[in-house]
Amino acid sequence: MKFGEFGGIYVAETLIQPLKELEKAYEELKDDEKFKEKLDYYLRNYAGRPTPLYYAENLTKKIGGAKIYLKREDLLHSGAHKINNTVGQALLAKFMGKSRLIAETGAGQHGVATAMAGALMGLKVDIYMGAEDVERQRTNVFRMKLLGANVIPVESGSRTLKDAINEALRDWVATFEYTHYLIGSVVGPHPYPTIVRDFQSVIGRETKKQILEIEGCLPDVIVACVGGGSNAMGIFYPFLNDDVRLVGVEAGGKGLNTGRHSASLCAGKKGVLHGMLSYFLQDEDGQILDTHSIAPGLDYPGVGPEHAYLKEIGRAEYVAVTDEEALKAYLELSKTEGIIPALESSHALAYAMKIAKDMSRDEIIVVNLSGRGDKDLGIVMNALGDGL
Amino acid sequence: MINRSLITYVTAGDPSKELTLQFLDVLSRYSDVIELGIPFSDPMADGKTIEKSHYRALKSGIRVKDVFEIVEDFKDDHKTPIVLMTYFNPVFARGLENFVRNARESGVDAMLVVDLPLEEAKEYIDVCYEYEMKTVFLASPNTPNDRLRAIDEASSGFVYLISLYGTTGEREKLSSLAFDLIKRAKSICRKPLAVGFGVSKAKHVRELLRAGADGVVVGSAIVKLIEVYGEKAVEKVDEKCRELREGLNF
Repeated sequence: MKFGEFGGIYVAETLIQPLKELEKAYEELKDDEKFKEKLDYYLRNYAGRPTPLYYAENLTKKIGGAKIYLKREDLLHSGAHKINNTVGQALLAKFMGKSRLIAETGAGQHGVATAMAGALMGLKVDIYMGAEDVERQRTNVFRMKLLGANVIPVESGSRTLKDAINEALRDWVATFEYTHYLIGSVVGPHPYPTIVRDFQSVIGRETKKQILEIEGCLPDVIVACVGGGSNAMGIFYPFLNDDVRLVGVEAGGKGLNTGRHSASLCAGKKGVLHGMLSYFLQDEDGQILDTHSIAPGLDYPGVGPEHAYLKEIGRAEYVAVTDEEALKAYLELSKTEGIIPALESSHALAYAMKIAKDMSRDEIIVVNLSGRGDKDLGIVMNALGDGL
Repeated sequence: MINRSLITYVTAGDPSKELTLQFLDVLSRYSDVIELGIPFSDPMADGKTIEKSHYRALKSGIRVKDVFEIVEDFKDDHKTPIVLMTYFNPVFARGLENFVRNARESGVDAMLVVDLPLEEAKEYIDVCYEYEMKTVFLASPNTPNDRLRAIDEASSGFVYLISLYGTTGEREKLSSLAFDLIKRAKSICRKPLAVGFGVSKAKHVRELLRAGADGVVVGSAIVKLIEVYGEKAVEKVDEKCRELREGLNF
């Protein structure tokens, strides 16, 4: 299945059968009552769903424009939306009879969420993490180990997220008979972008119900950050056929003209990597470029194929926010609302704050607050020095 | 394209354009077909040895156009067929038709695109047909029979059988999966069959040819020598290829 020309199944031959097996299992299970019941049970009682849709009144008043609502995925167990997908896929793996999970992780959030789901379901967990990220994110490495997972540092390439994905794929091609590869975003070969989107769509479904209850109408704009794009896809998807403006915010890093960013939709070209046709940051020869973002979770040279499609058909728009703007939003929300947002989510917030002031007071913006920002204290302290 | 053949692999530009030409000259003395790899920033299907070789090549500053020049220079005074091995993104970035045309003009005889399975290969097959570029597709121990038939049909050069579950790289012993796959492929495929991944010794070459393979591919065992000996590897590669060639005597 493709999204226009995007997506697909660009993998070496050995992975074709495991992907077909996964597709078949997912197609059978996704409408299975027992599976849905179990998933719902864990999302409710383990992950902490539904999450609130919170009217950020202080922030709204301070900016003086559109009403800003926050979808509080930061309140989930694990501190981010990642758990929606890992619980779903771990359950799927269990139904498929697999005994082991592998996953890639950048900052460690998806690794932690996978380790939790693995512990919950009694599955062995191995996490691939770029060696550079292992050094930068020591607390999360410890957290994963604490949860019983094994963390494998990846020394190859740029020693970051994309190399961790390469290494996980290398593992999977040798171990697929008993291993499920639990991809953490709406990326990779079919059926992953669809599976991850479906598991994350609970965010959008809840948001729709909640905003209708509170405001009696749909929001005017939904804003979400986009690295691989799973939290954005999750909140966008149930609104695709509604008259709602959808904005994905990419990591502009030091600025799009500096080459030090991760904004593949804003500044990349079409290409093929990690099993999918999508947009990638690459040179003229198709070599994938190193990326940068203050938010480790956005530091990826590609993006999910469905986002590439939504951009192509004009259904969603994609913009970039710099490190500096994201950092300002991080500080602003912490002070005005007492909520410390993840640096990733701060990108979405920064853009929402930018457009809110030019909108009228009866208009509504929903920001997907995809994760909480305690994990980023080290980065923020480094960036600010002592200058709070 | 192959018949009781030794097929050897190096990565273009590892460690330099000039040395690649020297390696190709040595390889051509002992092998019937040469696989030349285009280095890629993310060689997902390759094990550590070839992966590192891709990084060395990229570090030397090699570009896709240089790879075509290497082939052109080599073909000036050699007849050994060249199979260009690549990941799909360098092909996609250049434009499929451009890439195949440029490759063919430089003297490339066949192409193997590692991450382009049948599902995504329709246009590629058409373009290769148009430019008389031979195609090589991979088959794996878990490829079902009907799919093996389709892979055979799509491969105008030969079918490349992956000998195991995993990435490229040397192994002490051949996997039993290799022999099962050769047996199955022989009953289904009409094109010649090459076997690769994990093949590193003359003994392996002999065992696989005896089991019915038409060609055997050795990559990592050669690339490893380049990793260890760098610019001084020419002689070592010569020795290794001579040893591998012994595998054909039985």
